[in-house]
Amino acid sequence: MNQQNSGARHIRHAAALYAVAAAAMLCASGAKAQETFKLGIVSFLSGQAAESFGIPAVNGAKVLVDAFNKGAAPAPYNKVGFGGLKIEAVYVDENGGATKQVQELRNLYDRENVDAVVGYVGSGDCLAVAPAAEEMKKFLILYDCGTPRIFEDNKLQYVFRTASHAAMDNVALVRYMKARNIKAETFNMINQDYAWGQDSKKDFTLSMEKLYPNAKAGEDQLPKFGAGQYGTEISALMAKPADVTHSSLWGGDLQAFILQAGPRGLFKRTQVVFSAADHVLPGLGEKMPDGTILGARGAYGLMSPKSALNDWWWDLYSKAYGVYPVQAPYRMVQSLLGLKLAVEKAMAANGGKKPNAEQLAAALKGQEWDSPAGKIRMALGDGHQAIQDTAIGKTRFDAAKKMVVLDDIQRFPAECVNPPATMKAEEWIKAGFPGAKGCP
Amino acid sequence: MNTVFTILVDGVTYASWLFIVALGLTLVFGVLKILNIAHGSFYALGAYAAASFVGWAASMHWAPAFSLVAMLLAAVVVAAVVAPLTERGLLRFFYGRDEVLLVLVTYAMFLILEDVTKLVWGTNPYYVSEPYGLFGNLNVGVQTWVGYDFALVALAVIVGLLVWWGLNRTRQGKIVLAVIHSAEVAASMGVNVSRVYMLAFSVGIFLAALGGAFTAPMISVQPGVSVGVIIVSFAVVIIGGLGSIEGAAVGALIVGLARSLAVHTAPVAELFSIYIVMAVVLVFRPEGLFQRTQARKI
Repeated sequence: MNQQNSGARHIRHAAALYAVAAAAMLCASGAKAQETFKLGIVSFLSGQAAESFGIPAVNGAKVLVDAFNKGAAPAPYNKVGFGGLKIEAVYVDENGGATKQVQELRNLYDRENVDAVVGYVGSGDCLAVAPAAEEMKKFLILYDCGTPRIFEDNKLQYVFRTASHAAMDNVALVRYMKARNIKAETFNMINQDYAWGQDSKKDFTLSMEKLYPNAKAGEDQLPKFGAGQYGTEISALMAKPADVTHSSLWGGDLQAFILQAGPRGLFKRTQVVFSAADHVLPGLGEKMPDGTILGARGAYGLMSPKSALNDWWWDLYSKAYGVYPVQAPYRMVQSLLGLKLAVEKAMAANGGKKPNAEQLAAALKGQEWDSPAGKIRMALGDGHQAIQDTAIGKTRFDAAKKMVVLDDIQRFPAECVNPPATMKAEEWIKAGFPGAKGCP
Repeated sequence: MNTVFTILVDGVTYASWLFIVALGLTLVFGVLKILNIAHGSFYALGAYAAASFVGWAASMHWAPAFSLVAMLLAAVVVAAVVAPLTERGLLRFFYGRDEVLLVLVTYAMFLILEDVTKLVWGTNPYYVSEPYGLFGNLNVGVQTWVGYDFALVALAVIVGLLVWWGLNRTRQGKIVLAVIHSAEVAASMGVNVSRVYMLAFSVGIFLAALGGAFTAPMISVQPGVSVGVIIVSFAVVIIGGLGSIEGAAVGALIVGLARSLAVHTAPVAELFSIYIVMAVVLVFRPEGLFQRTQARKI
């Protein structure tokens, strides 16, 4: 009896072990069948850049990744996921400084085993993480940051930027002023005291020297990032009246500046021009002064071109979040569309297998693709830095629509407002924009 | 002459905002000996609560002037709800421990409260600019100032006088001063030190929230507003002397005027101007301008 019981126990034990082993093997084969493309997405989820840039960009990524995984995007982006591989996104907060970001990037590659990373709004973060990715030989797309220095000062193999750098914004702004005969015998500036603000100030000043050679620079305010209180700076700008006041402020800083400068009448005394301000329009509404000239760092949001792809994207985002997409989600989307085509191109050349970093880099280098904001071309930085068309417009609050609309929108082809591949942005502007094509 | 006048006006208006916030910081340090890193978070909570209260008042179609009362109420509610929770629920367990440990505890509070504000109010910005126009504008030469800025100066003066009067002219204030001088001796004389701690902490949090509430009409209230104010508030209380009300007032004025002078004459030195003043003060008065040198207790 005991022996019989013991035998039965052994059989049950063996059967259980077999079942566990079989289940494990099934799981393993299932996992293999459902191989994913793991994607690290880094942007500001907290801190001062979250509301204007980080969260809208991540929101854009979420709805687009979801549409990719359902195969719901329009052609040529209609394959499920990336070439049939479902996309598994890992979101990381960019807040915390450049040193932390380098560590987080290493974690994404080494611990999370992501196949690619798309991220970074801060120019300082981009300058820090690009060499780290290059050293690790890992694929990285910088989707937002503006400093031209990344590919002008470095030759990188694994790092790409899928949006134009900041020189475009200020060249387009001054070209717009010139095309519209805006009086600019004098101009003041207020820009944040870090890489973005300093680069923007330099590009605007150099562009003014070429297109308005007689214009004189007046106030040059450089508040710190996140200052919040601009009463003193506004007094300084008003004390030295100028025809034009330029600013590259963005996010909460820009909103605070507008809320404080508007009631003091600054916008009525000078033509204010903002290089990257479309993202504050939905929130500010009628508090946004009429007649302000602004750019969006691309043909984004209210200045985006009419196309089937843009209509699809606009609806997708608007329905999900109840607000139209502005520059940050547009830039995220154009990076993910480029990555999708690069992965699928590399897979096709790799017998349908998931590509490695080298194969991905080879596939994206010099690539061009359609985005909701128009054609993106990896034309600079030896095929690693994008150029794109941009647009500038003028604000007006439409009481009937209860929203700010943009009038007098002027489009600028990429070759008009971006340097050629052979020149750095600063040299190009100083030389008087040689080779600029298609300027209105 | 116009420039000097403008520098003075800008310096004083900036200082008034700074003083309200820094006063709470210095009061909490004076009584509880806590360098409260989370002070900026209470400022942010005040701003968010004001946004909600003013929005609610507007939805009830109450007179615009009531928005000022709504902002004051917002600060009271933040102090009444959050101060007891944080002081009784967390800080009291660390009293008597190393001051560095308390700095770390309040830093943890700062991180937690950052996420709490996002959980409660989300990441979208709030605008409550209506009160900003309640006091009209003042034109002087080429300058136009908003009357609200001068109302803030008046508020700062009233708050400063009330706190000074409360501490120096009331029985409860004298008890607080006794605790500041020596919590041990005060306790041995029958003073309920825990109650004094909670009272002082609540007043400190109220002042931070008040600063945030009355700043809300000038900014977009959104994640991250807590960071900038805390750094410059520390500069104020270090210049004035940690724990000194007069020091907070003079420190705020020095920082406001130094910054205003820099912005109008050498904008590139704006940030530098605040910290060079702080460095100079620390060289000659390491305890700050209004802090007496104290013998170390053994």
